[in-house]
Amino acid sequence: MPDAEAPVGRVMAQIAMVMNLDKCIGCHTCSVTCKQTWTNRTGVEYAWFNNVETKPGIGYPRRHEDQERWKGGWALDRRGRLVLRSGGRVRRLLSLFSNPDLPGIEDYYEPVTYDYDTLLSAPAGNDVPVARPRSALTGEPTAVTWGANWEDGLGGAPEHAGGDPNLGGAWAERVRFEFEQTFLFHLPRLCEHCLNPACVSACPSGALYKRVEDGIVLVDQDRCRGWRMCVTACPYKKVYVNHATGKAEKCTFCFPRIEAGQPTVCSETCVGRLRYLGLLLYDADRVGEAAATPGEQDLLEAQRGVFLDPSDPRVIAAARRSGIPEDWLEAARRSPVYDLVMRHRVALPLHPEYRTLPMVWYVPPLSPVLDAVDAAGGDQDDPDHVFAAVTRLRIPLEYLASLFTAGDTDVVGGVLMKLTALRSYMRAAALGEAGGEQEAALRAVGLTPSGAEELHRLLAVAKYADRYVVPAAHREDAAALSALENRCPVEGAGEPAGRTVSLGIPTLRRTPSEGPA
Amino acid sequence: MSADPAAWPSAAPVSGTELLLWVAVPYACLAVFVVGHVWRYRQDQFGWTSRTSQLLEHRALRWGSPLFHLGAFMVIAGHVVGLAVPASWTRAVGIDEHTYHTTAVWAGSVAGVAMVTGLGMLCARRLLSRRVRLGTDRSDKLLFPLLSATVLLGITATAAHNVFGDGYDYRDTVSVWFRGLFALQPRPEAIAGAPLLFRLHALSACLLFAAWPFTRLVHVWSAPVGYLFRPYLVYRRRGPAPAAPPVGPGARTRRASSRRPV
Repeated sequence: MPDAEAPVGRVMAQIAMVMNLDKCIGCHTCSVTCKQTWTNRTGVEYAWFNNVETKPGIGYPRRHEDQERWKGGWALDRRGRLVLRSGGRVRRLLSLFSNPDLPGIEDYYEPVTYDYDTLLSAPAGNDVPVARPRSALTGEPTAVTWGANWEDGLGGAPEHAGGDPNLGGAWAERVRFEFEQTFLFHLPRLCEHCLNPACVSACPSGALYKRVEDGIVLVDQDRCRGWRMCVTACPYKKVYVNHATGKAEKCTFCFPRIEAGQPTVCSETCVGRLRYLGLLLYDADRVGEAAATPGEQDLLEAQRGVFLDPSDPRVIAAARRSGIPEDWLEAARRSPVYDLVMRHRVALPLHPEYRTLPMVWYVPPLSPVLDAVDAAGGDQDDPDHVFAAVTRLRIPLEYLASLFTAGDTDVVGGVLMKLTALRSYMRAAALGEAGGEQEAALRAVGLTPSGAEELHRLLAVAKYADRYVVPAAHREDAAALSALENRCPVEGAGEPAGRTVSLGIPTLRRTPSEGPA
Repeated sequence: MSADPAAWPSAAPVSGTELLLWVAVPYACLAVFVVGHVWRYRQDQFGWTSRTSQLLEHRALRWGSPLFHLGAFMVIAGHVVGLAVPASWTRAVGIDEHTYHTTAVWAGSVAGVAMVTGLGMLCARRLLSRRVRLGTDRSDKLLFPLLSATVLLGITATAAHNVFGDGYDYRDTVSVWFRGLFALQPRPEAIAGAPLLFRLHALSACLLFAAWPFTRLVHVWSAPVGYLFRPYLVYRRRGPAPAAPPVGPGARTRRASSRRPV
């Protein structure tokens, strides 16, 4: 929170997401529905706007968190100014001809399709026909050796997971050494729609932009010239090159649905009901200052300091001056994201040290800690045991801290203790046993009984209407919106649509005889 | 010595073929170049791109592309000096013929070799890498041979006549013809007597200019120089602005309504 005396600058609204990682079962429904909606096209076969990673693991594309290698995000120069890690403006223009920090297709994976046709067209014989994999890039038979979720459920972990860039320091040795006894959790990832997006800042053409109204970061397909600097600059590697059109594409936050007041496809179809969507109001004038906070572990608080309290009369007045409509202010006051990020402070950003001020936040998973309590012979239900485990079990805590707090274990530990106290209190309350002991545990983590009820309703009951508070775009913008609808973003690859794309788009990657796409 | 422009057309009569090759064809190609660009810029913003294939193949591109592009910049600069600046001007500022010639041959050779090597690597990856080859479209199949032919004819002409030969001063012939085109006083007879390699180079260059707007070469005009001066963050409004646009200094807005976002 900015202090009460500081003037409120330009108020902007951002549609943001929180994911409750304890509930993610790694079913990949979000990834598949997103794929079917946005990237089931030639040129982006390999691209997953949403993917679910198993942690620890090296992720997709491989080792994308290793910024020494991929140069994503921002860094501070010697004078403390914010600069793109991949270099300044001149350096960027000099690497137009060949970008040394661009992942190749092999860093993602070779996309494949299958010879489905042979299942039907194979002549009668003694052997059951099989559908062999073929490269979607060359049409040739290929071996499937990697994929976007190759490490699912720690698959291949003894071989690969040691390469996880988050496993640094002395404690990492123990993780690798006792891998079967360690932990895993799933981490769904999508574009963070950052407040200080490095991809937008790196785009030489100015094709990437952040929408003023809702903060969604989009690529203008008509202005993108294929300079591919955004792919390098994004530390989350969530901008992709469409190799058929030569243009950048990325997660759209399902803007046509958001504009209609509906949740994104990944949120809507999440079977674990772990995603939350809502508005956050922020002070756009303070973004640069917050991103340039010297200490990496102070970035979390700096980012929280940019968010504005939608119930504060001064904020409301400033928001009205900035042109934010009344129903959006009302939605901001009901925002589950504001509750989780600011009021209860249980949600944390992914890799705040990249300095992009990401806007998809995560409630860290308690399960690895509880597993460890069980393994140590403790009682999961006893807050004392869990509190002790949270502070003593360095492995998961330090790992979670390297993901969510730039290594600050106190913050992650505090959130985990809060979740533990919440569970313990609500279990006792449900059994009619809530007494002074549980309330004391609640107070120790900064919760009140009524706050605990509220947080429980949000995290555990998680009603649809509580999870998604998405205000529809305004009717007075209807003309602009229908203009967008007429330009379906998934047209392309030579399909006849409203207008012809006359030049330069290959339509075919395989001959028809080689099987369906 | 170049002839006095006022002497044309009373100078030696030019044949119909020469008129066709050195007046009609260049002007037709220039017209296609200009009209084609206007048409494509208005019709095909979506196709207006460098069509990067670095994702699919980066080992050959890593060296080939910078070599080709930097070589091309030097070659283009050399052509501007050689074609657009009359010999009398360079002489007037005290550069004698020998100095000019030596510099041109040395710088030109370095640039030409870099460009040819780079282009060779780019062509090789396009042919040898199956991924890249399958992403090659019709305009590329026109562009790569035409560009290669132009570049090879140019460097061969220089090598044959000015590096290993006894020297040919194109500034008194080809350059005169070239400037005549833009002065709207065509001088076909000036180039008609030039060696075959120079004439072929000039013709293939004309065709290259005609093909330019219909190929990936259009990305040349999108060289993102403006990036050096714009603010890092780009904001855009989705629809009509409300009463008070919430964007101040340090950011810029643009209407998104006519754009296609993905």
